[in-house]
Amino acid sequence: MTEPLLKIEHLRIEFNTRRGTLVAVDDISFDVLPGEVFGIVGESGAGKSLTGQAIIGLLEPPGRIGAGRIFLNDQRIDQLPYHQMRRIRGKKIGMIFQDPLTSLNPLYTVGKQLVETILTHSEMTPNQARQHTISLLDEVGIPAAEKRISHYPHQFSGGMRQRVVIALALCVNPRLIIADEPTTALDVSIQAQIIALLKRLCKNHDTAVILITHDMGVIAEISNRVAVMYAGRLVEIGTVRDVVKTPKHPYAKGLMGSIPSLHTRAEQLMQIDGTMPRLMEIPPGCAFHPRCPHCFDRCQQKRPDLINTQPSQVACWLFENEDQSDKI
Amino acid sequence: MTRSDQLKTTTPPLLRVTGLKRYFDVSDPLLNRLLEGKSRLILKAVIGIDFEINRGQTFALVGESGCGKSTVANLVVGLYQPTAGNIEFDGIDVASLNSRAQMALLRRRMAMIFQDPYASLNPRWRVNAIVSEPIRAFGLLKGTQAISRRTGELLTQVGLSPADGEKYPHEFSGGQRQRISIARALASEPDFIVCDEPTSALDVSVQAQILNLMKDLQKKFDLSYLFISHDLAVVRHMADSVGVMYLGQLCEVAPVDTIFDTPLHPYTRLLLATIPDVEMTGRATQPVAGEIPNPIDPPSGCAFHPRCPEPKDKCRRESPELTTLDSGVQVACHAI
Amino acid sequence: MKSVARFQDTLHRFFDSDIWYSFKKSKVTISAACVTVIMILSAFTAPWIAPHNTFDPATLDLMDAFTPPAWYEDGTSKFLLGTDDQGRDIFSTILYGSRISLFVAFAAMLLAMLLGVSLGLVSGYIGGALDAFIMRIADVQISFPAILIVLLISGVARSVLPNVRHEEMAVWVLIFAIGISNWVHFARTVRGSTMVEKNKEYVQSARVIGRRRATIMFRHILPNVMGPVLVIGTIGLAVAVLTEATISFLGVGVPPTEPSLGTLIRIGQSFLFAGEWWIVIFPGVALAILVLAVNLLGDWMRDALNPKLR
Repeated sequence: MTEPLLKIEHLRIEFNTRRGTLVAVDDISFDVLPGEVFGIVGESGAGKSLTGQAIIGLLEPPGRIGAGRIFLNDQRIDQLPYHQMRRIRGKKIGMIFQDPLTSLNPLYTVGKQLVETILTHSEMTPNQARQHTISLLDEVGIPAAEKRISHYPHQFSGGMRQRVVIALALCVNPRLIIADEPTTALDVSIQAQIIALLKRLCKNHDTAVILITHDMGVIAEISNRVAVMYAGRLVEIGTVRDVVKTPKHPYAKGLMGSIPSLHTRAEQLMQIDGTMPRLMEIPPGCAFHPRCPHCFDRCQQKRPDLINTQPSQVACWLFENEDQSDKI
Repeated sequence: MTRSDQLKTTTPPLLRVTGLKRYFDVSDPLLNRLLEGKSRLILKAVIGIDFEINRGQTFALVGESGCGKSTVANLVVGLYQPTAGNIEFDGIDVASLNSRAQMALLRRRMAMIFQDPYASLNPRWRVNAIVSEPIRAFGLLKGTQAISRRTGELLTQVGLSPADGEKYPHEFSGGQRQRISIARALASEPDFIVCDEPTSALDVSVQAQILNLMKDLQKKFDLSYLFISHDLAVVRHMADSVGVMYLGQLCEVAPVDTIFDTPLHPYTRLLLATIPDVEMTGRATQPVAGEIPNPIDPPSGCAFHPRCPEPKDKCRRESPELTTLDSGVQVACHAI
Repeated sequence: MKSVARFQDTLHRFFDSDIWYSFKKSKVTISAACVTVIMILSAFTAPWIAPHNTFDPATLDLMDAFTPPAWYEDGTSKFLLGTDDQGRDIFSTILYGSRISLFVAFAAMLLAMLLGVSLGLVSGYIGGALDAFIMRIADVQISFPAILIVLLISGVARSVLPNVRHEEMAVWVLIFAIGISNWVHFARTVRGSTMVEKNKEYVQSARVIGRRRATIMFRHILPNVMGPVLVIGTIGLAVAVLTEATISFLGVGVPPTEPSLGTLIRIGQSFLFAGEWWIVIFPGVALAILVLAVNLLGDWMRDALNPKLR
């Protein structure tokens, strides 16, 4: 059993508002192994972006971590003071945001931003940093890297900018990258290029990636394992093949079933009636029970924990009897 | 009768578009041009589009951003005036109408649903006012009671409740707002609805609800849709025939099954190949090389030739015409 | 029935809103609002609550002139804050004077708002040559100080109107002048917001339905651009009060028989160093408090309505 790179234990993210404390992420736990691509998938409002922000320490107030622990290589990082977290951010954990236009400073050349980051987090000389930058830009597929290193962000197209952002995240060889909807703002054909790039780079650099997205296609292409979130809770975790092809949790099943197929045309898509509950209206017991076709008494009373049904883990009372935690 | 046979029926099409062109003048202001010696810049957003939509059918226009599909939607519905070309609705040439009253008769029969559920409803109006606006604008019903009853009916048809009419848009989720937009579109009992990426901003399970609703309504009211999208899987689900656009021109027009099972144009084939494999069929996906060219300065000849896997000499010089093959499929490519 | 229920619903929403919450939380704003309301109410009810009607020359007695405030030896409780050089009770004159000041300021602001918002909407929505034309006029006007424009218009009015009508029309000329000099701020803000709103899909939807441009501008766009207008209006109110005071101070504003706060200050300043300080200080303080209170209210409104700060 390889030691996990990142361990999240019972993480809880809360917001203090004038109407009381809202729980946006409620007791989630998972591990990320070194070098793996771990997808967190869910619809808007499920809490996946907040989870990513909490890991890298960029939660905006009034949001805060209410409970739980986050370990990076056995070092606890959720309670670190600002300047220590800043050193970890960038050096050990990199981040890729959705909008490449706002992720890069429009007033500095691309080269300057990359070189500055490298110099801050490593012992290289400025010349070495410059060479490293050129080779990075080359690696992410930017043609004529030597020339483009002195270009400004607005001189790149959307897809190229996202490549620069990826280079920026990778430049000091972090062990983990958190990618929050990295392809949502891009065209379909560019999306495919970026996904392929991420897959290749992370394999080459042995970097783990937490890929946060609502796009199931992207997950299916490059993830190794995936976690499905609903209303701030984890409902299913498993290998991507298991969760996408044979989902167990009724929500995951509904989600996968509602995706239109490229190969056949159904009369009606599978649809889950109702909508994801808002933060202040999460029902007791299982958050999904009002919309679940298999809901029974227990679902309304007690919230299900993640049950270890090999090979995936499912948070659903339907699978209570398949709990295999005692067996290995 | 198969779908392709249905398309060859003899009833005249509900919408017929021929040679549609729309150019935008994006030059710098006159003073700047004089002082800096720059020339005029024309953006050719739509360059000669032809297609037809029959009654009760859904025609989808697909393409990536910048291909001009949204511009076509705006042209059909009257938000832009065409630079050239003809739009014929139910046999009436739209350009020939000149009085407000005549235009109003036409407008009643067309409606539009937009992409952004947050910007398509006036945040300061109550839902009742939003949904009943077409009724009041066209004078279809008189008296607040009658209008109120009809609004409640419309809200029920889209899966909301009449009591929701008293609320404001911000109290609803994205999917519910799209339902309100659909209710507004249905208010004037149109024959034809232009849908500009109606589900692109929605989560996938909400998208399923909205697409199912749209299909139900189409059957119930015999509606025709012009469906704009960049998502090919959604298009497969909704459309009867599909047109693929690239940089303002149609590359291929075919019935939906044909275009997905046997795509002919290289761009269509590459588009299908870049879609991520959600169903994990193990299909090899292959990213397309290059980026979408700038529409202000398009490549010479066939606009796709820089990214085409097998360009010929002719492709660099001459832009291919959309020709109709024996199977009924239309393609614009020198290689076919 | 429906409109009653709707009104109740609107009230519920207002008291439940973030805006009301931020108002309740800020003690400064509540005080400012109270002061403003008190001053407006007292100005409005001046004929009933003022101890003396100082605009009626028949009630004045020159023997009462220069009486100091009531807490002095020579003062009397009849004239709480003393009298001026003509025997007018300062307290009553402040009440009547602020009545004029506030009336002129509100009316001028209303005129500026109507003119500015309409021109801004039209300019922003229709664009093109019309927009360029209106904005150039705005640019030219704003390069002149507002006071100069008011003086100019007052001067022209004076030469145009027959002497007899000067006094009657003075207030209306002033309202017109201050209103005209302030429309530009409203127009510019509304134009900017209109240009943002007109590209939104709800406006396009109205165009698809075929609604007239005027309907779209005033029924669809206007409710969405009013926020900043209220802020500018509130602060503009304070500016209008000061402008009117300045003009009256210079002697070309309201007629001296119906003094506003500005006139009082002008009269009083010549007596300041002679020892009769109360003639200028009390109206000055009243003016300062009014302007401060209105400005604070405007400040709060700007922050409360700023969606980025919510």
